Amino acid sequence: MSDRRETDVVVIGGGPAGLSAAAAAAEAGAKVVLVDRNRQLGGILNQCIHDGFGLQAFGEVLTGPEFAARVAARALEAGIEVHTDTMVTDLTSSRELVCTTSGERYPLRAEAVVLAMGCRERTRGMLRIPGTRPAGVYTAGAAQWLTNMADVRVGRRVFILGSGDVGLIMARRLVWEGAEVAGVAELLPYPSGLPRNVSQCLEEYDIPLYLAHSVTCIHGRDRVEAVTVTRFDERRLPIAGTEFEVACDTLLLSVGLIPENELSRNADVVLDPMTGGAVVNERYMTSVDGIFSCGNVLHIHDLADRAAEEGDRAGRCAARYALGPSTSRREELRIDAGEGIRYVVPQRAERSAEELLVSLRISEPADRCTAVVTAGDRVIAEESLRHGHPSTMVQMRLRSRGGIDADRLEVRMR
Amino acid sequence: MTTRRMACILCPSGCELDVRTSGEPTADSVVVEGNLCPRGEEYALEELLNPRRTLTTTVLVRGGVGTQTSVKTAAPVPRESLAAVRAALLGTTIDAPVAIGDRVAEDVAGTGVDVVATRAIPRRSDPVDVRLRNR
Ligand SMILES: Cc1cc2nc3c(=O)[nH]c(=O)nc-3n(C[C@H](O)[C@H](O)[C@H](O)COP(=O)(O)OP(=O)(O)OC[C@H]3O[C@@H](n4cnc5c(N)ncnc54)[C@H](O)[C@@H]3O)c2cc1C
Ligand code: SF4
Repeated sequence: MSDRRETDVVVIGGGPAGLSAAAAAAEAGAKVVLVDRNRQLGGILNQCIHDGFGLQAFGEVLTGPEFAARVAARALEAGIEVHTDTMVTDLTSSRELVCTTSGERYPLRAEAVVLAMGCRERTRGMLRIPGTRPAGVYTAGAAQWLTNMADVRVGRRVFILGSGDVGLIMARRLVWEGAEVAGVAELLPYPSGLPRNVSQCLEEYDIPLYLAHSVTCIHGRDRVEAVTVTRFDERRLPIAGTEFEVACDTLLLSVGLIPENELSRNADVVLDPMTGGAVVNERYMTSVDGIFSCGNVLHIHDLADRAAEEGDRAGRCAARYALGPSTSRREELRIDAGEGIRYVVPQRAERSAEELLVSLRISEPADRCTAVVTAGDRVIAEESLRHGHPSTMVQMRLRSRGGIDADRLEVRMR
Repeated sequence: MTTRRMACILCPSGCELDVRTSGEPTADSVVVEGNLCPRGEEYALEELLNPRRTLTTTVLVRGGVGTQTSVKTAAPVPRESLAAVRAALLGTTIDAPVAIGDRVAEDVAGTGVDVVATRAIPRRSDPVDVRLRNR
């Protein structure tokens, strides 16, 4: 298997984004190969056994594995070729890939590549929490995998640092499994997970949420025995005298997700420091011609439905690129995140684009606020938010017949 | 007067509801805002009077790829019976192969609701799906 295989589209990653991209590209007539390092398709969704998926994509409430199976079935029916248990270990800007599977390596080349590698979790090392290094410290996602996929009980009395969605979901899951969840500490003055998860997973089980608090020390020699929790001020400095100790045998970290862009870097794809993902245009094409990006590797999504929808769009564009006549990149304008906006995707758009879907996150929670898109001093779109929250991705659709007459669009809060 | 925020899950719009109650919640005393359609009001009232939840957990699988599969109650069950449902499923072991939707328990803990599998588990001895191995 050392001869170089050529195909129209290669999709890297078989989560909801990659599967949807592969399906859409194949439905558009492209020959598609999808590569995933796991044995089972579906990505992170296989371990997200709770329900709440699918409302937007399928109009019904599904669990993660059920949602994954639906998207996988669509891709397989469209006739894609799948390489599971296989990791893409290299990618170049001329779209040459190296795949590695149980000791074997083989090359692939494609007219278009879709990056859909998902994300990974921030770890303790990145937080630099002082104290001992006992057993019993897990990222929330690792604990989720152990609990839901490997039948391992992670602990009896658990404290959670960070209020990301994975940690919130795990708090409820561990209570259902008979563990006690002693509390959740969040450094920010507001939760970073979705409001519905705060209410469904913490409030309903009387689990205390300590906002503007963090874990400042981990105790225990072999196994975690306790953590010190401290209050923080607005400048995010610990307030002396506010420390208290919480006895626990396990600490979960749910302190953020990072797009997994090592391969993108190899291929010289330009990344956006705010999203941690690629800079893309309205077709989800990165700075490298023929390389597209979607899902959590592009920016962290809170809804798998949206990740799948984004994959669908990226896959269609990748197929069009692979099958169409080669064209050079047309003139692009910038889309910038202004006042009150943490980031926008896409960050570029062709001037001739007649339809644009802009995904964004706001910087601070605010009730009854409005996000606007401006071109100079013209407002070209606006969206009012009843309960604006950074944890909830906002999407705005822009339509402009004959393209956009501006060098730069800015999204900001009004 | 208390205000509760809840997300209506009856349709993909997923409206964020502000639900105001004073005293016992009834169809007349509950004020709902943020709903795009009248079903949001029904949802809010049901949520206040008789909250139901879907329980999701795992059960062990014999002879499959991996040791367990995920399951859910086929419909939401009253919130106060969640613990009984979970207890009734402890120790449950089923045989591979498992298909999504396979019934794992019937009328669990007297709720009238079945428990079904949510992840397919092939038999360990089965050949891998050719579509997944056609390189
Ligand atoms: C714990 C948790 C709870 C969530 N809860 C909800 C919820 O309730 N409702 C909801 O709608 N959404 C929820 N989400 C969000 C949702 O799961 C994600 O938005 C979605 O799964 C992202 O899809 P993806 O395809 O981008 O990435 P993933 O699902 O992560 O898939 C990426 C795939 O790429 C593979 N891969 C990576 N690198 C390589 C490589 N080099 N070679 C080969 N393969 C590679 C990975 O193995 C993986 O299979 C939750 C997420 C988490 C983590
Ligand atoms: S209130 Fe109506 S429109 Fe809104 S989510 Fe519920 S059912 Fe859908």
